[in-house]
Amino acid sequence: MRAGLMRPTTGLLTSVWMIIMLTLAGSASAESAIKREVTEFKLDNGMHVVVVPDRRAPVVTHMVWYRVGAADEPIGVSGIAHFLEHLMFKSTENLASGEFSKIVSRLGGQDNAFTSQDATAYFQRITREHLGTVMRMEADRMVNLKLNEEDVRTERDVILEERRSRVENSPSSLLSEQMNAALYLGHPYGIPVIGWMHEMKTLSRKDALDFYKRFYAPNNAILIVAGDVSADDVRRLATETYGKIPADPAISPKRVRVKEPVSRAARRVVLRDARAGQPVFRRFYSVPSYSTAKAGDAEALDLLLKILASGTTSRLYQTLVSADKVGSSAGGYYSGSALDTGKAVFYGVPANGVTLEDFEAAFDKVIADVIKNGITQAELDRARKAYIADFVYEIDSQSTLARRYGWGLVVGHTIAEIDGWPEALKKVTVDDIKRVAASYLNINASVTGYLIPEAVPSQPQSSSAKPATRS
Amino acid sequence: MISTLRSFTFSLGICHHLAVALAVLTIGAWILAPKPVQAMDIQVVKSTSGVEAWLVEERSVPLIAMRIAFDGGSAQDPDDKAGLANFLSTMLDEGAGSLDAATFQRLLEENAVKLSFSDSRDHFSVSLQTLTENRAKAIELLKLALTQPRFDADAVERMRKQLLSRLAFDAKNPNRVAGKVWAEKTFAGHPYARPSRGTPESVKSIQAADLEGYRKRVFARDTVKVAVVGDIDAATLKTLLDEVFGDLPERADLKPIPKAKLKTGLQTVIKMPVPQSVAVFGLPGIARKDKDFMAAFVLNQILGGGGFASRLMNEVREKRGLAYSVYSYLQTLDGAAILAGGVATKNERVAESLKVIRSELKRMADDGPTEKELANAKSYLTGSYALRFDTSSKIAQQLLGIQLEDLGLSYVDTRNKQIEAVTIEDIRRVAKRLLDIDALNVTVVGQPDGLPG
Repeated sequence: MRAGLMRPTTGLLTSVWMIIMLTLAGSASAESAIKREVTEFKLDNGMHVVVVPDRRAPVVTHMVWYRVGAADEPIGVSGIAHFLEHLMFKSTENLASGEFSKIVSRLGGQDNAFTSQDATAYFQRITREHLGTVMRMEADRMVNLKLNEEDVRTERDVILEERRSRVENSPSSLLSEQMNAALYLGHPYGIPVIGWMHEMKTLSRKDALDFYKRFYAPNNAILIVAGDVSADDVRRLATETYGKIPADPAISPKRVRVKEPVSRAARRVVLRDARAGQPVFRRFYSVPSYSTAKAGDAEALDLLLKILASGTTSRLYQTLVSADKVGSSAGGYYSGSALDTGKAVFYGVPANGVTLEDFEAAFDKVIADVIKNGITQAELDRARKAYIADFVYEIDSQSTLARRYGWGLVVGHTIAEIDGWPEALKKVTVDDIKRVAASYLNINASVTGYLIPEAVPSQPQSSSAKPATRS
Repeated sequence: MISTLRSFTFSLGICHHLAVALAVLTIGAWILAPKPVQAMDIQVVKSTSGVEAWLVEERSVPLIAMRIAFDGGSAQDPDDKAGLANFLSTMLDEGAGSLDAATFQRLLEENAVKLSFSDSRDHFSVSLQTLTENRAKAIELLKLALTQPRFDADAVERMRKQLLSRLAFDAKNPNRVAGKVWAEKTFAGHPYARPSRGTPESVKSIQAADLEGYRKRVFARDTVKVAVVGDIDAATLKTLLDEVFGDLPERADLKPIPKAKLKTGLQTVIKMPVPQSVAVFGLPGIARKDKDFMAAFVLNQILGGGGFASRLMNEVREKRGLAYSVYSYLQTLDGAAILAGGVATKNERVAESLKVIRSELKRMADDGPTEKELANAKSYLTGSYALRFDTSSKIAQQLLGIQLEDLGLSYVDTRNKQIEAVTIEDIRRVAKRLLDIDALNVTVVGQPDGLPG
């Protein structure tokens, strides 16, 4: 999420969520005011609660975000955060295996969960009268998870199939995985969220329960309820459910991770795979995130990437695809919402007859030009307006708002920072953008990836072995 | 903002087939009273030029969402120009009127207008979102795109390059190959058999005149359907409809699409060096206007449409760990109807996945669902209907869908009653009628062990 640096405040506060004075092009300085009261409080056990009203339809989005993700895994059990997320849908002391989702479904709700490097979140979308029930069930599995060996074995096969679907069957995903592993010198962001195949095959019931006991507790969780419900009702329901669970004093509010050393050399990764349809070029730079950047730098990076790489109006597309015709596509984005370091991602497909090397040279010229000459005020104004408009469009979706707040809070931002993003963008100048381009698009903190569609005779067989079983 | 989600690993939740629920968890003080799903007032707005739109006013957010569809789609592509509708969908924001491609797209961005085009088998669709304050500009750009696209040579060649590049990726993507081959086999001899993204040869052959020819034939006032939700009143919308559509021809010039005779009982294996085989399977389905359609809809929910609660999910994923995803769905087209599904399992065990799926189809055909399964499916389908109406864009999409299926204004109110009225006998009857496993067409892409084809 795009917000500044401070830690969340504690205690009760209500923020008024405002977007004012949108100066959108076309009409002269149009003004739009939308007020929305977001209520924030803490339960006695430390669980953070946020209520986002949206009374248009009689439905709610209920999310619990844990401050734990794949980057918090012990060494050697990669994928355990995500595996545990799957196993959370099995049995608890009070609920038979698989019943969680079936009850939600019977009540006309939808549920799911996701795991990232920094967070694990569980959510349900359901009509308002069932909010209490899903809160009770979510609170139950926060502490009462009960796993049997058979469920664990079967579900491990499921995550192995998931890895085959997402990664092993896709050369493009394999390239990204190898590039991340090369980008991070010591930080766990170099390990895939889903886990390495060989380690996933050994994940056990004990691994899952150890991880669960260490990280799942109300004082390590954030509750977001968005939709047709009042803050008072959420407070009462939360107190009756999550509020009954004692805090775990062993969990520190400060998340300690390995720090990356200074990166001193450009890395290159070449993946040759006959299954690739086209040659692919990629470049990842390690750059600050909204959590780690100096004040204003993340906003400037965000706008820089928008101007450089987002969509057909971007510098990269206009230069490489439209004007020079060396690429059939080109783009990129800022991945700045991490707890630790962020990433600038670029990609492209060379046009027929253009080599990856020539495409890369043309790409590097665009980057060098921005570093040397910066961008124009008109480009900055356009990018900023587009971002602020996106922020307004998100008001239309309670699920999107729930994710906006959940994601921002889970990596340590405050509601005020999250709401203040449009204001923060307005402070960025063309000089800021030039400065962050020069500071952070540093080839010695980057990985360049090539995907080359050709067969390699001695490729090791990676995924057909039977899962190794412990126990 | 949700660009952050790109880095996430999403995963579906899990079920196991143990039907025990502890009442203590589901009973509680329900302090939030249920509210009726439907407090929605749909206005029908008819323009002077005869274009009709369904409107839901929603003044609490300063946005307007508009969905438009013309009859047509890829089924209207000429035989030797497969991919024409798809090509057109990439060209309408690539310059129009006096604006070249770069200028047109810069104006979209500067005015925060979200405009996109897409093609399906039977329709060519447009999605427009704008902030209220940029409405005039949004409408102007929409009108230009629909009525005066330029098809400049430079833009056509740029898009052609992208489309050919995408076809090259598709050709190595097991999921895309499976879907494409399955349609080729199932609809052989019918326009639906053609790949909607075309072939490298057909895409190379498409010229500006083809794009303009398709536009002139398909974009017309007599087939257009429009749904609008948001910060706009009926009188204003009426004027906008005339402005956008008034210059289009009164009548479309569509070639008739025959009813497809589906091929059945085929198994095809396409070799590809991937560790996991991707399988697509399907059967003849049921027309939207068939009196048993709702029964089939509930049947599919129980079989493989219901995510965690479905039989296929239970048997393939939960009990055996054979796949991350397994599903089925009903699709109704103007010229055909199918009940189809998919699964992906490692090469060594994909034959087992297919065997389980066949046996589940047969079991459902023989015995039907249990009363409990029927009750659960109904309570999900009726209870979750409100979730389809919680954003302006979703409401607009629902209203357009109802128009395309010709279900009538009252459908939003009567739909849940139609589901409630489905009986177990209805489902048994429709299961026997549809789930003929000898008719199953299966396409597998990968290196499956023990599957001839």
